[in-house]
Amino acid sequence: MSPVSRGFRRRRLPDAEPGRVPPGQYVTGDFPVLSAGPTPRTALQNWTFSITGGGEPRSWTWEQFRALPAESVTADIHCVTRWSKLDTRWEGVSIDTLLDQVEHHAGFALAHSDGGYTTNLPLQDVTGGRAWVAFGYDGEPLEPEHGGPARLLVPHLYFWKSAKWVRSLELLDADEPGFWETYGYHMYGDPWLEQRYAGD
Amino acid sequence: MAGTALRGRLTWQIAMVDTVTDETARVRTIVLDVPQWPGHRAGQHLDVRLTAEDGYRAERSYSIASAPGEPVAITVERLDDGEVSPYLTQELRAGDELELRGPIGGYFVWEPEDDGPLMLVAGGSGIVPLRAMLRHRQRSGSAIPARLLYSSRTLPDVIYQSELSRYADGVEVTCTLTRQQPPGWTGRAGRVDAKLLSEVCWPAAVSPLAYVCGPTSFVEAAAAGLVGLGYPPHRVKTERFGATGGR
Repeated sequence: MSPVSRGFRRRRLPDAEPGRVPPGQYVTGDFPVLSAGPTPRTALQNWTFSITGGGEPRSWTWEQFRALPAESVTADIHCVTRWSKLDTRWEGVSIDTLLDQVEHHAGFALAHSDGGYTTNLPLQDVTGGRAWVAFGYDGEPLEPEHGGPARLLVPHLYFWKSAKWVRSLELLDADEPGFWETYGYHMYGDPWLEQRYAGD
Repeated sequence: MAGTALRGRLTWQIAMVDTVTDETARVRTIVLDVPQWPGHRAGQHLDVRLTAEDGYRAERSYSIASAPGEPVAITVERLDDGEVSPYLTQELRAGDELELRGPIGGYFVWEPEDDGPLMLVAGGSGIVPLRAMLRHRQRSGSAIPARLLYSSRTLPDVIYQSELSRYADGVEVTCTLTRQQPPGWTGRAGRVDAKLLSEVCWPAAVSPLAYVCGPTSFVEAAAAGLVGLGYPPHRVKTERFGATGGR
C-alpha cells in the first residue's frame, strides 16, 4: 500500500487520450537527449553500416545505404526516464530491407554504435516492419546529438533500445545484454509493461 | 565498457524524511531514512514515487547526493512547471513518508580505485552526483587529486556553496557564474567553453577521468570541449537532463 503524499496532486492535464501513453510516462514537446558520453561525429565518407554474425557479413557505405528504399515512419517514442513524445516523424531504412540481403538463422541482435554503446534486441522485434535505421527526423537530416547520421528506431520498446550512432547489427543465437542492460536495465524494455529495470 | 552487473530486482520501499535543508531558493536537500537500503555508489540515482489522494501517481529519478555509507539524500531543484519537484521542495516535511527504489545506474559512478585524476564538470543541479563523488573521495581518504568546474547562473544559485568552499587537500574548486557576478567576485565569469576548460581542467596528458553532468546543451558543449582537449571519449562520462519539466 503506497502512502498518500499529503498535498500532492496531479498538476498536469492528462497528456493525451487514455491509452495513448504507457504507464508512468508523461508527454513532452521537447526532444531531450540522454547519452553516456560525448557525441561522436563520424564523417559520412567514413560511415558504414554492417550486419555481422550471419552467413556472409554485409556492409553498406553511406551512399549505398541511402540508395536503399526508405520509409517514412510516424511513431510515439517512450524514454525510460519517463518522457514520451507523440507523433515523431522519421525517415529510415527498414531492418527488413537490410536483413533481406543476409543469410541467417539468428534469434537475437546486438546493435553496436560509435562510442562503444551496445543494446540487445530479439530479432522478431527488429523485423516485420517494426524497426528502422533512421537518418531523418522531422524532415531534416538526423542531428548528431539525436544519433545522427543514423540511429536505430524501435519505437515499441523503451528508447534506449533505439541506439544512437548505430554502425552495425551483430546477429546472435542467444540474447546478450548490451550497455544499459549490463547496468541493471531490463533486457527487453516494453514500456507498456514498465520493464524499466531488471526484474520489472 | 564492461559494467558491474546489477541484477537484483528493484523493489519499492517506504522511506521516511529525516531532514530537509534549503540549499538555494529553488533547491532543497532531503535526507531520507531508508530501512532496507542496499547501499549505493557515488553517481547513482534513485526513483521516487508519489501517490495523490485520488490515487494518481507520478515517478521521477533523482541523483543521490550523499556518499556511499551516508544516509540516502537527494537534492531537488524546483521546476515551476513541474509536478513532483514543487512538492518535494515545498510541501515535503520531516516525518513524511515517500516511496522509492534504487540505487540505479552503474556507469556514471566513481570509485577511489578508478585511475587518473578526477575531473568533474557540473552545470546547475548537475552538481548533485558529482558532490556525492567528492564526499566519497573525502570519506574514503582517497589521495586522488580532483578538480571541479561548476557553472551556475548567479552566486545565490550555487548549490552546496559553503561545503564546496571548504574543500582543500587535493580538491580544487572553480566556480563560474554565467549571468551575473557579485562585486569582488574572484571566480570565473561566463559559460563553460573551450577556453575555460583548457584553463581549468587537467591536461589530457595526465590521463584524467572526467564526469560531466548538467542540462543537455551544457553537457554537449563541455563533453565536446574535453574531447577537443584530447580526453579520449571513453574517459568522459556524461549524465544529462533534458529541458523538460520532468525532473
